[in-house]
Amino acid sequence: MDAVISGWVERIRQAAAEGSALEIRGGGSKRFYGQAPQGEVLDTREHAGIVAYEPTELVVTVRSGTPLDELEAVLHEKGQFLAFEPPRFGAATAGGCVAAGLAGPRRQAVGGVRDFLLGVQLIDGRGDLLNFGGRVMKNVAGYDVSRLVAGSLGTLALLTEVSLKVLPRPVAETTLRFEMDQRAALLRLNEWGGQPLPVSASFWHDGLLTLRLSGAGAAVDAAVVRLGGERLEEDEATALWLAVREQRHSFFSGDGPLWRLALPSDAAPVDLPGVTAIEWGGAQRWLRSEFEAKQIREVAAAAGGHAVLFRGGDKAIGVFQPLAGPLAAIHRRLKNAFDPAAVFGRGRLYPDL
Amino acid sequence: MSEVVETMEPGANEIDFSRVDRARLIEALARVLPPGCLLYDQEDLRPYECDGLSAYRQMPMVVALPETEAQAAAVLGVCSEQGVPVVARGAGTGLSGGALPHAHGVLLSLARFKKIVRMDPVARLAIVQPGVRNLAISEAAARHGLYYAPDPSSQIACTIGGNVAENSGGVHCLKYGLTVHNVLRVRGLTIDGEVVEFGSHALDAPGYDLLALMHGSEGMLAVITEVTVKLTPKPQLAQCVMASFDDVVTAGNAVAAVIAAGIIPAGLEMMDQPATAAVEQFVHAGYNLEAAAILLCESDGTPEEVSEEVGRIRAVLEESGASEIRVSRDEAERLKFWAGRKAAFPAAGRLSADYYCMDGTIPRKRLGEMLEAIQGMEKKYGLRCINVFHAGDGNMHPLILFDANVPGELDRAEAFGADILELSVSLGGTITGEHGVGVEKINQMCSQFSAAERTAFFRIKAAFDPDGLLNPGKAIPTLNRCAEYGKLHVHDGQLPHADLERF
Repeated sequence: MDAVISGWVERIRQAAAEGSALEIRGGGSKRFYGQAPQGEVLDTREHAGIVAYEPTELVVTVRSGTPLDELEAVLHEKGQFLAFEPPRFGAATAGGCVAAGLAGPRRQAVGGVRDFLLGVQLIDGRGDLLNFGGRVMKNVAGYDVSRLVAGSLGTLALLTEVSLKVLPRPVAETTLRFEMDQRAALLRLNEWGGQPLPVSASFWHDGLLTLRLSGAGAAVDAAVVRLGGERLEEDEATALWLAVREQRHSFFSGDGPLWRLALPSDAAPVDLPGVTAIEWGGAQRWLRSEFEAKQIREVAAAAGGHAVLFRGGDKAIGVFQPLAGPLAAIHRRLKNAFDPAAVFGRGRLYPDL
Repeated sequence: MSEVVETMEPGANEIDFSRVDRARLIEALARVLPPGCLLYDQEDLRPYECDGLSAYRQMPMVVALPETEAQAAAVLGVCSEQGVPVVARGAGTGLSGGALPHAHGVLLSLARFKKIVRMDPVARLAIVQPGVRNLAISEAAARHGLYYAPDPSSQIACTIGGNVAENSGGVHCLKYGLTVHNVLRVRGLTIDGEVVEFGSHALDAPGYDLLALMHGSEGMLAVITEVTVKLTPKPQLAQCVMASFDDVVTAGNAVAAVIAAGIIPAGLEMMDQPATAAVEQFVHAGYNLEAAAILLCESDGTPEEVSEEVGRIRAVLEESGASEIRVSRDEAERLKFWAGRKAAFPAAGRLSADYYCMDGTIPRKRLGEMLEAIQGMEKKYGLRCINVFHAGDGNMHPLILFDANVPGELDRAEAFGADILELSVSLGGTITGEHGVGVEKINQMCSQFSAAERTAFFRIKAAFDPDGLLNPGKAIPTLNRCAEYGKLHVHDGQLPHADLERF
């Protein structure tokens, strides 16, 4: 066993025996997300590097502490990329990217982190080094533990390696802009979503709908002709989508609570005080609002979705929407199955996990 | 230290259900189900004794056919209270024996859950009951210019509940994903009969991704009562390129070359010569019978897009040494190209009294190696094997031909299959890409996973089903079973569970 891994196994077993908590941390870029981390830091960055990458297999296996920038640079050289466009928010690592489960502007078009995760190697709360999934596209041997771990915010296990599906970068990309209000934008986005158009991202804010088209040159050109709108210069477009992904767009500036509402794409504009931005064809709505958390959650639930207190605000009210029905009990038992001594990510997701 | 504890964990031994009281069970179920929804006479049970894997047969104790979610919940309540195993079943087309009944259990058929609850063309989703057939969803969505993308070859008959339970794939999943990528929400019942929803109509849900965990869980975590699937806009046009190759390794390399060129075709399938010969005599697709392997490579999208992509595919295949290339000129010809691939199973049935279909998935670059090894196994076991596969994602379906009436042939076919699965694991792949483990591949799970990994699976199951009542004995082998099977997963050079008693 690798010295770093065996060191981690030892630390985890010791923490479990003592009843102490560990904060699994990569670049620390998403420390703001979820409840405040607890416990002594276990830094994953000493376990870095690409384990296997064969472009023709469309799979890369990487150690969890590898900087995301480094991974993306290697993929870029071969004309490939992480299609779910994970945000960085700083010096992000591959492990942190999977554990946080956050995807960028391309989410609605191609899928999220979990859709590209093929396998993981992890250490559970007992200190057992385990492998789940693999490096092939299709695999139904055993329960899908890999996808379960995506977005679990490090509350189930310490990731040591992840295998991700990669895709070729689109041949052509064009960004269009339209002037329209929120209601019209939601209507158009859902209408376009039902047609074979190469829409790869959308962003609406303050009366402007921006749309990115990606794919074969011919498909993008045909869609530009059909949709009209104002075409953005390539530099401007690249900067805009980066700003949206990294939340550096002017909408995201300020200190007020930032809510993320995940809703069915065709849900009506949310009737809540505050400023709104829309992504993912209507399925992700950002809301800057000081409004009462309980009511924001009720509105999201009534629309068929949920609300996350993404940044700022008072986390005492809970960052994530409370779990309904038997789900809370299943979550507690799953946590107990992986991490009976609650070594990992104590309280980060929900107080009792 | 931990080894002693491990044997006390869930999953050390099979649970003994022989003390289930049949009369008491029937009496309790009759109270919660309307007349005609409960079967227990031997002749009524017969149709349920196997699924698509007919080599394994087992009569259930009773069959429950609820018509509503409340009735299904009541059946689970009875089973939970009396400690009775429950095996959920959709259309029974599964190929791994996942719906094989339990001798002391209830076979819970969802066959009467066949309503399309809501078709929503604006949100591009359909809410359907689990007994709705895969193809029926696409047929109902067609008038909105939409379809449900995953298309397992049994799509005429297989149901969406079973598709979720097995995480089914199909010919087009290289580009459009598996079932897990195309389902938004699963509504189900816990073993206690409580309603639970995994996922949502948004793109994510709070907490752990239990929606993903349900996919491929083979009815072992919850019983599905409703599924919301994503609908995809129908491409305007599809065109198929058919390429012939003089040897299989060159064909395998051509597959890699297509991917390396940055093309993700809508479908990328390969057939070897024996498979081509078998299907050609009854579909007359015009396959090149001289070719050692045939590749079918499909492009879909707008007419402009398809024409551009077909040009690129053609160039790559020519450069990769294709001996002949044909491009479908119209929809009729495209369907003809595919007819043979889709008829591979029935063609195998014409060649041979019985066939056994494998499902290993391996890294694409190892295809040539695997095919050579299979040729060696044909000699070793004295049985023929024809190969069709989803080449684009390395998912192979070798069809082993045998005659169950010839003494010893079934055993040889099973040993042949086991060899292929073991090799899939050692080539860096998996024993099952899309058919599931069921009862069929349960022994090979011992090779693919360590004892600690299998124990983790049992712990996950226990988080949903603490008494182990949902589909017991499937998918995950007990520690003792693996000890008996003998082919152990050797991890870090140490023999796992050396402490266990061997029977």
